[in-house]
Amino acid sequence: MRKPSLRVKVWLFLPAVVKGMLMTLRRMFSRKSTLQYPDERHVPRKGYRGEHRLKKDEQGRMKCVACFMCQTACPAECITIVAGPSPWLDRDKIPVKFDIDMLKCIYCGMCEEACPCDAIELTPTYNVVATSRAEKLYDINKLLSR
Amino acid sequence: MNEWVALFLKIGFVLLLILQGVPVLIWLERKISAFIQGRVGPNRTALFGITAGGFFQPVADAIKLFFKEDITPTAVDRFLYFAAPILVFAPPVLAFAVIPFGNRIGDEHLQIANLPIGVLFAMSVMSIGVYGIAFGGWASHSKYSLLGGLRSSAQMISYELTLGLAIMLAIMLSGSVDMREIVNHQIEAGRGIFGWNVFGGGNLWLAPFGLLGAILFYAASLAENNRLPFDLPECEAELVAGYHTEYSSMKYAMFMLAEYAAMITMSALLTTLFLGGWYFPGITDPQDHSLGGGILSHLVFATKMGAILFTTIWIRWTLPRFRYDQLMNLGWKGLIPVSLANLACVAVIEVLTNPKH
Repeated sequence: MRKPSLRVKVWLFLPAVVKGMLMTLRRMFSRKSTLQYPDERHVPRKGYRGEHRLKKDEQGRMKCVACFMCQTACPAECITIVAGPSPWLDRDKIPVKFDIDMLKCIYCGMCEEACPCDAIELTPTYNVVATSRAEKLYDINKLLSR
Repeated sequence: MNEWVALFLKIGFVLLLILQGVPVLIWLERKISAFIQGRVGPNRTALFGITAGGFFQPVADAIKLFFKEDITPTAVDRFLYFAAPILVFAPPVLAFAVIPFGNRIGDEHLQIANLPIGVLFAMSVMSIGVYGIAFGGWASHSKYSLLGGLRSSAQMISYELTLGLAIMLAIMLSGSVDMREIVNHQIEAGRGIFGWNVFGGGNLWLAPFGLLGAILFYAASLAENNRLPFDLPECEAELVAGYHTEYSSMKYAMFMLAEYAAMITMSALLTTLFLGGWYFPGITDPQDHSLGGGILSHLVFATKMGAILFTTIWIRWTLPRFRYDQLMNLGWKGLIPVSLANLACVAVIEVLTNPKH
């Protein structure tokens, strides 16, 4: 195939060049999207999927009934539940161990959707640091205290 | 005695203008690129608690570069390797010697050396810069540097033709190769800004050709300075950094300094040859030889240069880069025929319309 001549194209794309230059000139005075991080913080939108927490009911008891639905639904297999007998009459079991490995978690929110008791929830917390792997293994106390 | 003092003052001023212009340009480059891309750019560097929009960022960069380890690869050709940064940086500073950067104060013209062949001097000195780049590429003993150096030599030689033809146009319009004469002619054409060579140097029939000549000069000067959209010698994507891949610390800084110094000199040349030099009707009075008038004329000159430099930076962050064959095609099949035809048209129209002939 014969290549089209550049000479013609040069003159054809000159208006496009001018158009592009005007666009960047307009962009120069537009609003900046930079967030000055330590001074300004990102505010997550409603429904943002950050780190988990376990909810409590009105009497301050944990809502979880150790049904294993979240563990089953989890695609990353980061939830480990061990069930024990419940001290309360309205349910059979409560978890004695409820570990979430935050390093495996993909923050998909499937656990929240699977939960029949609305006991697990993803909070907007997104900027948590840890200095070791063990710190990112959240146990039941940590999840309940959030 | 007195003239020596004045000469050294002028030399010091020009050196200061170029060396201090570079950090300002780097700051502008970073700020404008940030603004175009919707960012804010450097704004944290502070001197005595004053941030001034990150104005001191280049100073911090320079200090960092100064204290970086200077690595010389073992396989390099040491003499050429050391000579290259100097050879790149010296020409733009040298070429500035013949550019009148203001009206005269008293009897002192604001120009270091008034050579009768000023334009030719600037032109020939600027073309030495290609040696620095070719040496840098060759001496580094690296395939990336060599390719960058080769490309750069080819590009600079090709675009020098267009540059030369565009300069010819300015010489034809002014009838002189003396820089001061060229500026004077643009003033004495007596039509305000329409006396400038960009508007045909007083002959309005030539205005479109003068404008085309100025645009050709500008495009060729971008290629000469290895600026985008013609920055093939560097092209980060393919050649790491081109001819200065193997350079570090202050030797690298020298190359960077040279790029911006060349930009400054080229914009000064464009201002002098096509935009009336330090003259702006209504602001500078050619008969005013006082100190204030001289400073004012220099400020006008600097403002014109600044506008050109701003456009250069603006173009860099707007246009994509040419491919190597496209660049050569544009140079040889596009710009050179157009500038030749432009030159011929100007010659014919000048003879037909100028009452002096």
